Amino acid sequence: MAPVTRALFAEIREKRYPRSRGGASHVALAGLSLRVAAGELVALVGPSGCGKTTFLNIVAGLDPDFDGDIRLAPRPDGQPARIGYVFQEPRLLPWRTVYENLALVLPPQRAAGVIEDLLQAVGLSGARNVYPPQLSGGMSRRASVARAFAIEPDLLLMDEPFVSLDHDTVEQLHDLLLKLWQARPTTVLFVTHDLREALVLADRLVLLSGTPGRVVADLPVGLARNRRHSGAEIELLRNEILRHHRELIGAAAAPTPLA
Amino acid sequence: MSAPSTARASSWLAASSLAQRIGSLALFLAVWQIVADAVHSRLLPTASAVFVALGQESLHGSLLFNLGITLARVAAAFVIAMVVGTAIGILMGRSRTVDVLFDSWLVLLLNLPALVIIVLAYVWFGLTEAAAIGAVAVNKIPAVAVTLREGARALDRNLADMAQSFHVSRWRTLRHVVMPQLYPYIFGAARSGLALVWKIVLIVELLGLSNGVGFEIQLYFQQFDVTRILAYTIAFVAVIQLIEWGVFQPLERSASAWRR
Repeated sequence: MAPVTRALFAEIREKRYPRSRGGASHVALAGLSLRVAAGELVALVGPSGCGKTTFLNIVAGLDPDFDGDIRLAPRPDGQPARIGYVFQEPRLLPWRTVYENLALVLPPQRAAGVIEDLLQAVGLSGARNVYPPQLSGGMSRRASVARAFAIEPDLLLMDEPFVSLDHDTVEQLHDLLLKLWQARPTTVLFVTHDLREALVLADRLVLLSGTPGRVVADLPVGLARNRRHSGAEIELLRNEILRHHRELIGAAAAPTPLA
Repeated sequence: MSAPSTARASSWLAASSLAQRIGSLALFLAVWQIVADAVHSRLLPTASAVFVALGQESLHGSLLFNLGITLARVAAAFVIAMVVGTAIGILMGRSRTVDVLFDSWLVLLLNLPALVIIVLAYVWFGLTEAAAIGAVAVNKIPAVAVTLREGARALDRNLADMAQSFHVSRWRTLRHVVMPQLYPYIFGAARSGLALVWKIVLIVELLGLSNGVGFEIQLYFQQFDVTRILAYTIAFVAVIQLIEWGVFQPLERSASAWRR
């Protein structure tokens, strides 16, 4: 087996939001450290408002105002790592077609081939000339995922990308994501508050505490991916984790409160 | 089957609204003709007399020349006002410091009467073409800046973050992410801008230049030649309306095609 190369090293000593309108300043993250190996799919699980999005924005370079250290392994050719970002809302340009939305993030000379392939892979070939406001929720998410894969990212950040969709659509998107990820391997940091979703997708779970967010547990998912379709096994694992990490219960959308 | 039938319905609607417009205009001309006939005064010429004068002036007189000159001035002042006003507006909308520094200037300029700006421009820079066009532009710049400042303040932060995280170049971000959000504001400013600019251009010509529609109207005013004043007015208004229909409306439609 090839030696494990590290794709991401993140050490946030503190992320503080300045006081706003008379309120005290607010510490969003404190002592959050995370290492992710190349090719790993890591789920970051924590209650709402624990700073998960803040953390992704810091890793993506959108928020330079923090105390800590983010290191991304460079590409094999020495270029800085490319980051793909799938946001919670699809964030497509409504005035550009699906095709043009993907073309936006690509150099023009290699756009056409890449886009056709990806639209095919996510099942949006027929919608290439459609404007995003006409897409269904599930289709917009597909387009947003396709855009992130289009740049051949070294690190793919996903911020609760499948919330507020119906159950069947979410399952389809999970399958699609895993299929894409297996065909185009990359390192993924997937943020969710849904433990079940994390268990379906990830190699490893990183559990975060409530505010200020820090890592409380780091658990490999032992279950082989082809056995995760069985809801019973996922449920077993989930209950096991919830027994040890009560802090997650409020956020995990538990059908039966275990407390 | 529903798509072609709605297309037909909408083209039928467009045709009927055009017919309504023409009907309304015809009614106006008819009322004008009847009233002027009844009054029978040199100071209220009939519609037909005005159109005859319009024909004569365009064929044998200097109407087309003066119309062209005035339109060129309108175009120059309009473009300057839009470009400068847009730049100032975006700057003020994006930077709090710039906004705090210059907000009062903007309010001052907005409330300065057009006439004062024109007179000062002529006094300071002479009765020149540049002074005339500059004065018109300065009259319009603050309104454009205020509109575009609103637009720049309303820019979507999420889309900006998206572009930044994907390392979309500055030029592409401006063209594909920022400008489409500003188009409605730019069109709004352009609409009201054209309406204001052409009116002020006439005053500028009347006060300090020796050709153009405004100058001609002043000439006919001194001769109490209402027929020719109205002929010039109609020609000018028609051209401005054609620009609205032929340029602004199609541009706006194509910019908002995605909303359909």
